[in-house]
Amino acid sequence: MQNSEHETNLMIDRRLVQCFDWGMLGLTLLLAGVGVLTIYSAVTAGLPVPERMVYIKQLVWFGVGFFLMIVTFLFDYKKLDQWAFAIYAGSILLLVCVLIFGKHIGGARRWLALGPISVQPSEMVKIALIIILSRQYAKTATKKGLTLRELILPILLTAVPFVLIVKQPDLGTALLLVLIAGSITLFVKIERKSLLCIMGTGLISVPLVWSLLKGYQKQRILTFLDPERDPLGAGYHIIQSKIAIGSGMITGKGFLKGTQNTLSFLPEQHTDFIFSVFAEEWGFVGSAVLILILLVFIVWGLNIAYGCRDPFGIILAFGITTLIFWQVFINIGMVMGLMPVVGIPLPFISYGGSSIITMMLGVGLLMNVSMRRFQLE
Amino acid sequence: MAESKKTSEVNWFKQRLTLAMFFIMAAFALLIARSFYLQVIERDEFSRLSENNCIRLQSIDPPRGMIFDREGTLLVENRPSFDLNIVLKDAKPVRQTLEHLSVYAQVSAEELSSKLERKNGLSLYKPTLIKADIGRDSLAAIEVRRFDLPGIEVNVRSLRHYLRRGTSAHIIGYLGEINSEELKGDAYPDARSGDFVGKFGAEKSFDRYLRGKRGGQQVEVNATGQVVRVLQTVDAQPGHNIYLTIDQALQEKAQDLLEGIAGSVVAMDPNTGEILVMVSSPSFDQNAFVSGLSRDHWRELITNPFRPMENKAIQGEYPPGSTYKIITAIAGLEEGVIDRHTTFFCPGFYRYGDRVFRCWKKGGHGTVDVERALEESCDVFFYQVGQKLGVDRLAWHAKASGLGEPTGIDLDHEASGLIPTAAWKKNRTGVPWQRGETLSIAIGQGYDLVTPLQMAVLTAAVASNGISYKPIIIRRIETAEGKIVFENKPKVARKLPASKQTLEIVRRGLWQVVNGDRGTARVAKVKGIEICGKTGTSQVVGRKKNEVARDVERAAHQKAHAWFVAYAPAEHPQIAVAVVVENGEHGSSASAPIAREIIKSYLNRPHPSWHIKGNSEDHLVSSNAKFGT
Repeated sequence: MQNSEHETNLMIDRRLVQCFDWGMLGLTLLLAGVGVLTIYSAVTAGLPVPERMVYIKQLVWFGVGFFLMIVTFLFDYKKLDQWAFAIYAGSILLLVCVLIFGKHIGGARRWLALGPISVQPSEMVKIALIIILSRQYAKTATKKGLTLRELILPILLTAVPFVLIVKQPDLGTALLLVLIAGSITLFVKIERKSLLCIMGTGLISVPLVWSLLKGYQKQRILTFLDPERDPLGAGYHIIQSKIAIGSGMITGKGFLKGTQNTLSFLPEQHTDFIFSVFAEEWGFVGSAVLILILLVFIVWGLNIAYGCRDPFGIILAFGITTLIFWQVFINIGMVMGLMPVVGIPLPFISYGGSSIITMMLGVGLLMNVSMRRFQLE
Repeated sequence: MAESKKTSEVNWFKQRLTLAMFFIMAAFALLIARSFYLQVIERDEFSRLSENNCIRLQSIDPPRGMIFDREGTLLVENRPSFDLNIVLKDAKPVRQTLEHLSVYAQVSAEELSSKLERKNGLSLYKPTLIKADIGRDSLAAIEVRRFDLPGIEVNVRSLRHYLRRGTSAHIIGYLGEINSEELKGDAYPDARSGDFVGKFGAEKSFDRYLRGKRGGQQVEVNATGQVVRVLQTVDAQPGHNIYLTIDQALQEKAQDLLEGIAGSVVAMDPNTGEILVMVSSPSFDQNAFVSGLSRDHWRELITNPFRPMENKAIQGEYPPGSTYKIITAIAGLEEGVIDRHTTFFCPGFYRYGDRVFRCWKKGGHGTVDVERALEESCDVFFYQVGQKLGVDRLAWHAKASGLGEPTGIDLDHEASGLIPTAAWKKNRTGVPWQRGETLSIAIGQGYDLVTPLQMAVLTAAVASNGISYKPIIIRRIETAEGKIVFENKPKVARKLPASKQTLEIVRRGLWQVVNGDRGTARVAKVKGIEICGKTGTSQVVGRKKNEVARDVERAAHQKAHAWFVAYAPAEHPQIAVAVVVENGEHGSSASAPIAREIIKSYLNRPHPSWHIKGNSEDHLVSSNAKFGT
């Protein structure tokens, strides 16, 4: 009772309004704008039948995401401490549902149909995992670093969604979860002894697991690591993507003037390969500017963590920022031929409802932490 | 205290954040550097590549596996077909290019451009087929004038070539363009629309072995679409070669014997279940399917009253007629309603209730025991055996011997036949079983339906002491390099529910059929080979599907089908045969000579493979042990 009164008071607290993170909002809107314009180009330029619905849908998703973002920063993020398990359990349940009722698209079950729309629970689970790990580490982290015993629970919490997503199968997203969990864990520090122990186990188990894999599984992993091995599939997509980006040259071909995008030379041109479309049209100048805007966004996120005075808030803000960082790095790295070909969307730019909602929830949380940085318990 | 601890912790986190910041800066520097490399340093190369969208994928189709007979005679191979394709984007001006092409290829320009009239799905960048299978002369003319023909590609595609046209068509089968259902399913994971896949026979059943794996090339093309550089190649993996169990020489012999006849011959090795001959007549030419069948040709094939597209060996369901007496005899002996000495008197008819059931021989057979009844095919004897057994006990024995269900051979659309029971009739017609009907069933008329393959399997089982092998048509499968990937081993499907003594009695009866003084198939007697067999004549009325015959054909259609089942030699049988001649009237005259000729030519020639099979006694013992009875 007192809590809710407290919250109502806070909502109109002038301090909160003063601390509202306009910068973050501005950066988000800027990225969303770039995204929608690039999608517009990707699905209309040169196509005989433009798929106009796609960018309109993206606008609708941003609208929904914007609303959810506001909801997310209205309550005090410290409440998440209590809700963490419920949120985590709920998203795991959704992942289980996907495996049972999910829609088969392109040989994988990743989508859950909710009436006319489809959601990808593997997107939502990223946020849930960050919240629950933040809660866990906020309790256990010390300067000395985490002991092996303290790592058991976080490993289990990561392993459950990891296995469920591998089953879909969506190796890329599953590995992204491990990257996020790993980054957060390294951030809060692991005891030197434990770290060596884990690295040792890893080194020993890699050849062991490798020898247990079947021939075609090995092939799949090798292709994943080196798309050139599959010149008719992933390798072909990468070379087309590189041609698109490289042919943009310094100043680009101009908005709606991209040519590789048309006639399906680029795969997934409005989702995973959206950066190639952008880079072809805006050249090195545009690419560098977009990469820098994304960098500013990420640094802004780290700065929110920096300004926070509460371990839970710090780890939470760091986790969200890490999520965005890895997705940006993997996606752009992939389309430029530096990374394996995985279905990781570019935050705010790639088309996709689940991805947009997840990112906007993340922004809401970052703003939440940012707004309450001067509060003391 | 707690507060200060927390503050120090928070300060410590700040150090970690600074560390993370450096890491992130480094990662972004890498992205910008890569972007600089692609868009500034390598910009001319990528720009050139993008100009004509000139990196293309070309698929390399794998050669489909070949098909051989059991001795390695080549039955099916591939031949090259040269196809003309056009890439619209490169073929500018299209009209002029097509006009040039029509001169060199000696095809009218209208025919060439007709392929480009449909608007949907035409790709500017992908090759579109405009003329398939051009001759070598046209090919040479086109190759020489390449410069006149921008955007024209000659692609070599391999086409199926069936060497022994018409023979084994039903076993080998044919290919057809993949349909949308097959594309959606899991059976053809790498298939694309336009691919040809097995549609019938072994081509279908063993498609996953025969088809191989598609390869491809990443190529760079110039402004006119000619390949200037191959960037990457993934080789196609050729399909596996298949060795059928069929004996091609014997198969052709059987085909000749059935010339002009609608019917079927199945021969198998009773010691292994290998199918040596499977002929369904009339046959069809598979080569007609290779480059697409015309609508008229197809209509003619499917409306032909002699059903050339049906594999009568497995799809033809016929009343077994007197060949079914083998089952009735076994059931009677096993159930104890008769023994080898039981005799009945045949005056030429049998009165049951208020009906009179006739024997085929008007004057009657006199007093006969079971062996004699088989030899002379006495109906009256088996009426009484059937009456004593009842329909359900008879049906149990028939089903336990493998009738009434598919044999499980690796071919599609195998019919199950029909073995009626009292419950089946009640269920199906609502009318209870009439006891008189059992009498018809006992001599293989009425509702009973069997396929030639089922009868061949049954005969083989009687020949090999009651051990029934699953019929197989594949001996082995090899990779293109000759590595064996699969070798078929004889598989015991069941053991006939009959004692050694019972089978011996039946076999003596079957020996008498051919070799006895009054046997119904004395015509099948061959010097030097002891053949055992059973004739059958099955009335056409009462077929499962009430086929309404056209008036003109009615007379021929109402003639009975002629059966003959046989095995030889009597000691250590090596071959079992079932022959059915549609509307052939008498098994003795129409079918028995065919079986005789097949057996004769099989046993009268040297057989290297017999040595491999080894001692058939040993084989039986080990099979028995496997069966565990």
